[in-house]
Amino acid sequence: MAATPTSSQVVTVTVNGTAYEREVPARRLLVHFLRDDLDLTGTHIGCDTGSCGACTVYLDGVAVKSCAVLAVQADGAQVATVEGLSDDELTPLQQSFSDHHALQCGYCTPGMLMSAAALLAENPSPSEEEVKVGLQGNICRCTGYWNIVEAVVAAGKGSA
Amino acid sequence: MTTVESEATTTLQKGFVGQNVPRREDKRLLQGEGLYFDDVKRHGMGYVHFLRSPYAHARITSIDVTAALEQPGVYGTLTGDEVAILTDPFFQIAAEPGGNVRDYALAVGKVRYLGEPVVAVVADTRERARDAAELVEVDYEPLDVVVDARKALEHGAPVLHEECGGNVSYSGVWEWGDVDKAFAEADHVVKISELHFDRFNSTPLENNGALVEYNRGTGQWTITTNNQFPGFAAIMMAPALRVGTDKLRLVTQDIGGAFGNKITTHPQLVACCLLARKLKRAVQWTEWRTEFHQSMSHCNERWFLDTEVAVMADGTMTAFRSKALDDTGAYLRYEPLGGVIWSQVAAGMYGWRNLRLEFTQVMTNKAPCSPNRGYSRMQHLWFTERIIDIIAHELGFDRVELRKRNYVQPEQMPYETPNGCVYDSGDYPKALDVVLDLIGYDTVEERRKEVASRGKLLGFGIGSTLDSGTNNFGQSQLVNPELQFSGNNEVATVKLDFFGEIVVTLGTTPQGQSHETAASQVVADILGCDVDNVQVRAGHDSYWNSHAGFSGTYASQFAVTGLGAVKGATEELASQMKTLTSMVFQCSADDIELVDGFARMKGNPEAALPFMALGAIPNMNNAGFPIDPPPMNARYVYRPPFDVPDKERKFGNLTLTYAMQIHACVVEVDPETGVYEIVDYVAVDDCGVRVNPRIVEGQVMGATALAIGAAMFEVFAYDDDGNLLTPNFYDYHVPHTLDMPPLKTGAIETPSPFTPLGTKGMGEGGGGGIHCVNAALQDALQASPGRAIVTTSHNPYHRVWEMLNHPERFREKVEVISK
Repeated sequence: MAATPTSSQVVTVTVNGTAYEREVPARRLLVHFLRDDLDLTGTHIGCDTGSCGACTVYLDGVAVKSCAVLAVQADGAQVATVEGLSDDELTPLQQSFSDHHALQCGYCTPGMLMSAAALLAENPSPSEEEVKVGLQGNICRCTGYWNIVEAVVAAGKGSA
Repeated sequence: MTTVESEATTTLQKGFVGQNVPRREDKRLLQGEGLYFDDVKRHGMGYVHFLRSPYAHARITSIDVTAALEQPGVYGTLTGDEVAILTDPFFQIAAEPGGNVRDYALAVGKVRYLGEPVVAVVADTRERARDAAELVEVDYEPLDVVVDARKALEHGAPVLHEECGGNVSYSGVWEWGDVDKAFAEADHVVKISELHFDRFNSTPLENNGALVEYNRGTGQWTITTNNQFPGFAAIMMAPALRVGTDKLRLVTQDIGGAFGNKITTHPQLVACCLLARKLKRAVQWTEWRTEFHQSMSHCNERWFLDTEVAVMADGTMTAFRSKALDDTGAYLRYEPLGGVIWSQVAAGMYGWRNLRLEFTQVMTNKAPCSPNRGYSRMQHLWFTERIIDIIAHELGFDRVELRKRNYVQPEQMPYETPNGCVYDSGDYPKALDVVLDLIGYDTVEERRKEVASRGKLLGFGIGSTLDSGTNNFGQSQLVNPELQFSGNNEVATVKLDFFGEIVVTLGTTPQGQSHETAASQVVADILGCDVDNVQVRAGHDSYWNSHAGFSGTYASQFAVTGLGAVKGATEELASQMKTLTSMVFQCSADDIELVDGFARMKGNPEAALPFMALGAIPNMNNAGFPIDPPPMNARYVYRPPFDVPDKERKFGNLTLTYAMQIHACVVEVDPETGVYEIVDYVAVDDCGVRVNPRIVEGQVMGATALAIGAAMFEVFAYDDDGNLLTPNFYDYHVPHTLDMPPLKTGAIETPSPFTPLGTKGMGEGGGGGIHCVNAALQDALQASPGRAIVTTSHNPYHRVWEMLNHPERFREKVEVISK
């Protein structure tokens, strides 16, 4: 630990399996680090109070709002973003979103997918109510949520 | 959870139009590979932070940027003084007095709402730009604040724009038929002293912003942004910057929702243009959520005062008169078009012929208003639905029967309204029957008893609404006769590329409305190919020369204007393809058909050319033809058939199509707390031919969710000092998954006789959810002592508590005079 406070720090963050070493201002948010420093622009920013969930990523396997985490807090950690969910083909969850018209503008979608995938990892066949509870931290303004909930429930039933 | 019951009457085309073709936008968006403006970077770009006014009304006495400029990493600043020298004030739509407003890219001399941008600071990182902005010293001399539109009209009220002599931006009297006679003959006059449509907006999840670059050699700016009406932006920005419109290249790809709230960003875009030129580097501006709430695009807040309704003994409504007082916030921008646009639906869905509205728009020390989903029609349709609901409860009419009696009837379509608008088609009674069936209307009274046995009040409400689409911009002349805007347009190009690939460009700026998918369906049906073979370029770019003055995505028109342009361009291309094929086969073009990806001779399928051959000939292999082979490239401008309205009578067709939605819901109210929840909800829409029914349903669902939010949770509330009390998502509650009721949707299709495909634009919806949730609440309160009526669009639980415990405050607003 540094004896004197510093305003910037070199961090090593592994994102979607790739390690990145960068110098960052101590105050930089993880979401800005991902988007601006690493060009991983799939994670979005929708608010400034940690309320909307558009910035949801996994930090050492736990779903977090990356606008409420500092980049320096991710030093040495594994981060997963929407870009890491699939290679070229869509995952069953992503395909279910498309099949159920669960996205329109797509802006909330990365956060929704990350929250939904985390939910399904923990609860592979959630009920409609469980999905609604699990996604209550993700705001969408386009769809009204009905198709999103349907898509996640359907993806749950389909998974092995 | 959701069911779709379709009663499609006709679909005009076989093939892809009418099918739920999967969205081609989905793959990139699901993989996080969408391209929103903030995803785009330029080496060395500066980040813009706006220092904003902490006062709702104040003179700026001095600005000192010295300390900010000294900070490491700061590239420069911009103040109002510079803006006033380098630009001309923005063009004003209003005539006098509103036309005297001087509106610039930054505050000049004065601030007029909390959050108004005063100084722009640019630095090498977002964090440093914010830090440096805190070091800018601005001295203000606070002025008295006015936040109530009624007070803004009073003599002696604080005046925002001295050049206007007062706070009125526009006022006019709109009257048709014989209103006085209708009232003299009425059996009942129902008076409602006060109704108020509350201030909110659609808070798209992505905020506004832009990446702006300046080419010093050519004087051209490239603006990568999420502005949804590039035609309007260019018309506003170019004269201000003193350049031709082609010097502003506007580029969008993916936009994270807009709902009308991304039309009036031209002041910030001009500030960025000046900065890019001044600082000789690209500049990047991303609005914060709080900034958006404080400063951007609130929906028109509107009072309806001293309303009177003439009703006959059998429930026929014959006339209304009212005074609309529209609170438009501190600047006009797209206003006062709201002062005429409501008249597209002046009569609502009802057949009354005698209407009078005195419309006054005032400016107040609040965020500027501009279009919000349902723009200006929603407020007026809410007004008509409140009226019919209040009349029903006060005079003892059944709300279903009263609507059916007063609805414009299907046999009257196309129907000319008292002010010359033409409702193209529709069957409102049938749609209402579908709604009643889906919600189980015949079980409502039984449910009411069951709910009462649990100590709660059940309410059932209907909200019927119109979504008028494809504006005639000639209506702008009804608020300012000097304006030179009229009609409407949209542009598309379709070509066969070098190797025969089908490439489409649009002038529109989709924000989730699936334009690429819908366009590909129309093209595939005309060219006789597979929908996957049609490449539609994502987004908008003025470099494509695929746009005109009204290009953009707003006002419920893509299915008419955008797809009309696509259809026109594709039919032109199809004709070129047949002509070229006929040149090759030495036959008549009439002998050629386009089927299965080939241009072939009718009755002789062996004589066929693949699209690859057709694309290659004019591009790479054009020798040997006695006359020019057609270029395989078509550009089409769709123009809807409009005349300029009659300015004297305020009469004429203002909009081409009228989609319709009828919503109904069941609520349960806790009489002890006022807390209520929606337990059942149905929405039925009619937008004519549905190109992609699932996409249409998605729009209906989105409109429903926004309306529920506005009715129950969302409001932009101000204190008397002009502080916004709901400046971000902490206090402004956007509904989440658990706030949504169970939903059933249904659809009928009455094709429009006026449009190229029989479609009607439908994206806005018309606020049906606000109307029906209000109606259900009022119905529940009928069982409470005092029987309060609902007089505001936004009714959080504490207002409901007030209605339960102080009903006299609401009942005193309604009076019935009967013969």
